[in-house]
Amino acid sequence: MLHGYLPSLLDGAWVTLRVAVFSLLLALVLGLIGASSRLSPNPLLSLPATIYTTVVRGIPDLVMMLLIFYGGQVGINVVTDAFGFDYVDVNPFVAGILTLGFIFGAYFTETFRGAFMAVPAGQLEAGRAYGMSRWQVFHRVLFPQMLRHALPGLGNNWQVMQKSTALVSIIGLSDITWLADQAGRTTHEPFLFYAVVCAFYLLMTAVSGLLFRWLERRYSVGVRRAAA
Amino acid sequence: MTQLTVQDLHKRYGDHEVLKGVSLSAEAGDVITIIGSSGSGKSTFLRCINFLEQPDAGRIQVAGEEIRLVPGKDGHLRVADAKQLQRLRTRLAMVFQHFNLWAHMTVLENVIEAPVHVLGVSRREATERAMAYLEKVGITRFRDSYPAHLSGGQQQRVAIARALAMEPAVLLFDEPTSALDPELVGEVLKVMRGLAEEGRTMVVVTHEMGFAREVSSKVMFLHQGLVEEYGPPAEVFGNTRSERLKQFLSGNLK
Repeated sequence: MLHGYLPSLLDGAWVTLRVAVFSLLLALVLGLIGASSRLSPNPLLSLPATIYTTVVRGIPDLVMMLLIFYGGQVGINVVTDAFGFDYVDVNPFVAGILTLGFIFGAYFTETFRGAFMAVPAGQLEAGRAYGMSRWQVFHRVLFPQMLRHALPGLGNNWQVMQKSTALVSIIGLSDITWLADQAGRTTHEPFLFYAVVCAFYLLMTAVSGLLFRWLERRYSVGVRRAAA
Repeated sequence: MTQLTVQDLHKRYGDHEVLKGVSLSAEAGDVITIIGSSGSGKSTFLRCINFLEQPDAGRIQVAGEEIRLVPGKDGHLRVADAKQLQRLRTRLAMVFQHFNLWAHMTVLENVIEAPVHVLGVSRREATERAMAYLEKVGITRFRDSYPAHLSGGQQQRVAIARALAMEPAVLLFDEPTSALDPELVGEVLKVMRGLAEEGRTMVVVTHEMGFAREVSSKVMFLHQGLVEEYGPPAEVFGNTRSERLKQFLSGNLK
C-alpha cells in the first residue's frame, strides 16, 4: 500500500502530532504568562508582553520560522564560540516546537487576555470578601470562569496551529508533509501522497474539534443548560 | 459585646473626598441601616469595612481585633498582614447588590465554597450547614441549580445563605434589594427581617425606608461623606432635625 511508504508516513504523522502537542503546551504557558503580564498595571511587565504580541502577530509564520531557526542557529553559535564550545547544531524537532510555541503564544496571549477581562469584577470581589487568598481567587474563581470565555478562541487558535506544523518541513524535520513530498517525488504520484496528508490533517483537526466542543460544554455549565 | 467598630474613616478618589471621617459601632444584635442619596458615600463606607476599597485613614476592629494598617508608599493605608485581613474578612460576610454568586458553581457549591476552602470545614459538615441555611432562606430545592437559572430574589437569598454559612460576627449588606424587580424585593426583606429577629449583627446599606424604620436598631444618614444624623429609627424618622434628611425623606434629595 502507498508503494511501501505507509510506515514512513506513519512515522511522519507521529512527528507532526508530537510537534503539535508540545507547541500547544508551550503556547498555553506563554499565553497565560503573556496575558497576565499584559493585564498588569506595571509597565515593566505589560510593555514587553505588548511588544511580543504586536511583533510576533505581525510577521508571517514562515518568515518567523526561518528567522528563529537560521537566525537562532547563528546566534547560538556566536555565543558558544565566544565561550570556546564546539559548533552546536540546532535540533529541528526542538526548534520547530520552540518556534511554533513562540508564535502561537502570542495569539494565545490575546485570547486569554480577552477571556480574563470578560470575567465580571464582582465574581472576584466575592472571592476576596469571603477571605480567599489571591491564589484561591485565581484558581477557584478567575481561571475556571476565564476558560469558558477562552475556549472558543483557543479552539480556533489550535486549529490554525495544527496546520502550521506543516511549516516545520522547511527546516528539515521529517514530518508527514516532508515525507509525503519526498515519496511523491520518488514515485511521481504527488497527488496521492498529498491527499494522504490532507486526510491526516483533517482527521487530526476533526478529533480536536470534538475535544474542544466537549470542553466548551463542560466549562459553560451554569451559563447554558448544563450538558445532559 | 462590640462586634464592629469603625473610627474616623476617610476615603478620597483623587481630589474628591468621599468619606470625611465616618465612625460606627455595632454591638451584638445591632441592626444598623445606612441611608443616604447616591454619592453620599454609603456603599464606599461599607466596602471600606472589609477592604474591598482601601480607606485612606481610620481604624477598624472586628470582634475586638483591630485590622493592622501601615502607611503605603502613596500615603494611603495598606493592610500590614494579608493573612490577618483574610481571616477577619471571614468574620464579615458580605451580601452584594448584584448577588455576585459564583456563576460556575451550583447553589450548594456556592454556599460550601468558602467554608470548605477558606475556613477548612469538612465537606460533609459544610454541606449539612449549607442545607440548614438554604432551608432558612427557602431555597433547598434549587441546591443543584446554577445561579443563572434562578430569579434575582432567589439568587439574593442564596447569597444570604452563603453569608450565613460563614457564621460571621457581622453581616454586611450592600443595597441588597436595589437590583431586584419590585415584586421580588419582599422575599429578600422578609429573610433579612428574620435574621434581625434572631439577633444577628447586621450593617445594611439600603434605600428601603420601611426596613430602616421597622427593623433597625440604629439609622445612620450619610450626606456628602459625613454622618448627618445617627440614632434609633424612632428618633431619626420621628424627630428629624437635619434639613437634608427631611428633604431626602420627602424624596427631594436624590
